[in-house]
Amino acid sequence: MIAAFFDSIPAMILLTGCLVGISSAVLGTFLVLRGNSMLTDAISHSIVFGIVITWMLTAQISGPLQLLGAALTGVLTVLAVEWLARSGLVKMDAAIGLVFPALFAAGVLLIALHARDIHLHVDSVLLGEIGFVWLHRVSLWGLEIPVSVASLGVVMAVNLAFVLGFWKELKLSSFDPGLALVLGFAPGVMHYALLTLTSVTAVAAFDAVGAVLFIAFVIVPPATAYLLTRRLWLMMALAVALSLASCLSGYWLAVKWDVSIGGMMASMTGLWFALALLFAPGRGLLAQGLRRGRVRADHDSAVLVAHLATHQGTDAMARENTLDAIMTHLGWTHARARAAILRAHDRGLIERRAGLLSLRPKGAAMARETFGPGAAGR
Amino acid sequence: MTALAGVFTGGIVQTVLLGAALLGAISGMLGAFALLRRQSLIGDALAHAALPGICLGFLIAGGRELGSILAGAFFTGTLAALVMMLIIRSTRLKTDAALGIVLSVFFAVGVVLLTHLQGQGGAASVGLNSFLFGQAAAILRSDLWIMGGVGLVTLALVAGLWKEFKLVSFDPDFARASGLPVTALEGLLTIMVALAIVIGLQLVGVVLMVALLIAPAAAARQWTASLGAMVALSALIGAASGAGGALISAFGRGLATGPVVVLLATGAVVVSLLLAPGRGLVWQAWAARRARARIGDGRVLLTLHALARAHDDPRYKTEHGMLHAALGVTPSAQHLARLEQRGLIRAVSHPPETTPHWELTSAGYREAALLAGRSETDAEEQGA
Repeated sequence: MIAAFFDSIPAMILLTGCLVGISSAVLGTFLVLRGNSMLTDAISHSIVFGIVITWMLTAQISGPLQLLGAALTGVLTVLAVEWLARSGLVKMDAAIGLVFPALFAAGVLLIALHARDIHLHVDSVLLGEIGFVWLHRVSLWGLEIPVSVASLGVVMAVNLAFVLGFWKELKLSSFDPGLALVLGFAPGVMHYALLTLTSVTAVAAFDAVGAVLFIAFVIVPPATAYLLTRRLWLMMALAVALSLASCLSGYWLAVKWDVSIGGMMASMTGLWFALALLFAPGRGLLAQGLRRGRVRADHDSAVLVAHLATHQGTDAMARENTLDAIMTHLGWTHARARAAILRAHDRGLIERRAGLLSLRPKGAAMARETFGPGAAGR
Repeated sequence: MTALAGVFTGGIVQTVLLGAALLGAISGMLGAFALLRRQSLIGDALAHAALPGICLGFLIAGGRELGSILAGAFFTGTLAALVMMLIIRSTRLKTDAALGIVLSVFFAVGVVLLTHLQGQGGAASVGLNSFLFGQAAAILRSDLWIMGGVGLVTLALVAGLWKEFKLVSFDPDFARASGLPVTALEGLLTIMVALAIVIGLQLVGVVLMVALLIAPAAAARQWTASLGAMVALSALIGAASGAGGALISAFGRGLATGPVVVLLATGAVVVSLLLAPGRGLVWQAWAARRARARIGDGRVLLTLHALARAHDDPRYKTEHGMLHAALGVTPSAQHLARLEQRGLIRAVSHPPETTPHWELTSAGYREAALLAGRSETDAEEQGA
């Protein structure tokens, strides 16, 4: 039963994707909050160099040694970037843009020169090949388990243990590094521990999703969750859920359309993000637009009430308190005037009496407040 | 040897070299502005975002036709820039997250399209892979016209709007106050960065494009503080890296052009960071060494001066051990030798003692009095 599970190719592909998703999302939550997203970009590219170098030194393409050796490059990249930015010769963004392409280029060249025969292929460096991870297996407790699944399982456990074990420290050092330092929580240690684990995760996920798609798994689900909630634990839970949803839907669509599985999974994270960007309750673009429209209609109805109040009960009322007069005097289009009248009517400010617009008691009170002696700016 | 000569006179290599140099020069020129406006990573995001556009262009044209591919890349690159702006303006996400999202998601969509094309076209879409890491050898003679045209347009824009671009790059607030359309100019510069990226894709590919944009500019920045010189030098370094990379990858079989070009440009950066006069690390280390030596000399001189004053004797002969005690550390032979060489102190003997002694010369006493006066003023200023 269990052996059959590990022999099933779709199950292994999905399991790999989910492990990558969970491991990345729990770290990504903090990386996004701390503003370190682009360090993920630098790390995930530069580990290519580390992977090639450790392979050349140890002839190992997987295993703990390979994992740590390659992850070291990621950490060194971060140190180099920070050192370069501190030297003042180049700015932080340029430092990132200088260090990782150099290491990545060196890695790609070394692969092209020395490693053409092994499974490292220049294209798979970028994209990974989640469809083939089940080919490379290791025997554990009498079970044949894909190497990627085994290493990603360990990495996920370590990441979860780190995040849950140091929850308070991570939270404080992400939101208020100054206070964390004063209270003795060593935000610097947290920073490098987080980036070290990001490097290790990038190496473990490398075979499956490659250098670039990994960034999508780390950044996009937490960023999407960030649009939906303000609570840290909920953000992390949502990020994990979104990752899993991306893996499942991405796999299904990739098989359906016969396209790259990793690419489709990463594309799905983008789809959830786009949906959240548009429709997030309260903060999405749609909600923002509606709120802007309502504020504008409220403002227009207040102007309308002021106009009506000026002429209410005067001789000019028959001429002024009409739709036409409002349009010409306030310079409004027909649609805008109509919207303002409807809004004012809905709020119980005005009514139509004998073909003319006139104020109801609530509107009259509002006008008194606008024009009253106590009103500011008058 | 004759083969080598044949390669050089051959039309293909000429085309590739010319194309690579042209691409490098354009990217270098525009990269200077991107670097100064701290938009390096925007270049990275836009370059990755060009991948789906390349595939769309290929899909629409039905083949590897440079014009439509570049148009597609430019379209998705610009779209990515707009999406990024939307995310930054309308959400709580920071710039870095917006960059990461746009970069990875656009690239992922590109990967999906790429595999879709490969599944359909087979041989026809092989040319698309060269856009991942660059393949200068794939540059055709007809491509040169497009590149040259884009190059001329960018050159004309940079020359025509030189003053405006300069002001927007260095002091956007002042530019706005002076009545310049800053948003439009910044938009134009970002569009030109997108254009430079699109142009450079054939040479280095989407993944490494950021280096071709940034590295020549970062190297040039170390040597000069003038924008004109920086843009020219950056274009030159870009052209040299491009041509050099194309040449090396043409001879090393199977080497993609992009990584070679990037390593050459990075080499230029490393050399510049180390050696640039005034800014370079070697220069800084040398200056720090000199400063340390000067401060050390000064402390020895001041100690001798203080002892001479304490004994009311400008010619007071200070015993070596006494100098050690007063200075707090062993006076280094280098400091003493340098001071003696400058004619500020003199080694003397003080019989019947046999240990070495030092006295200030009259020039040394004057110099020390000056230094002492200055350090007293400093102390007073600090006290106040």
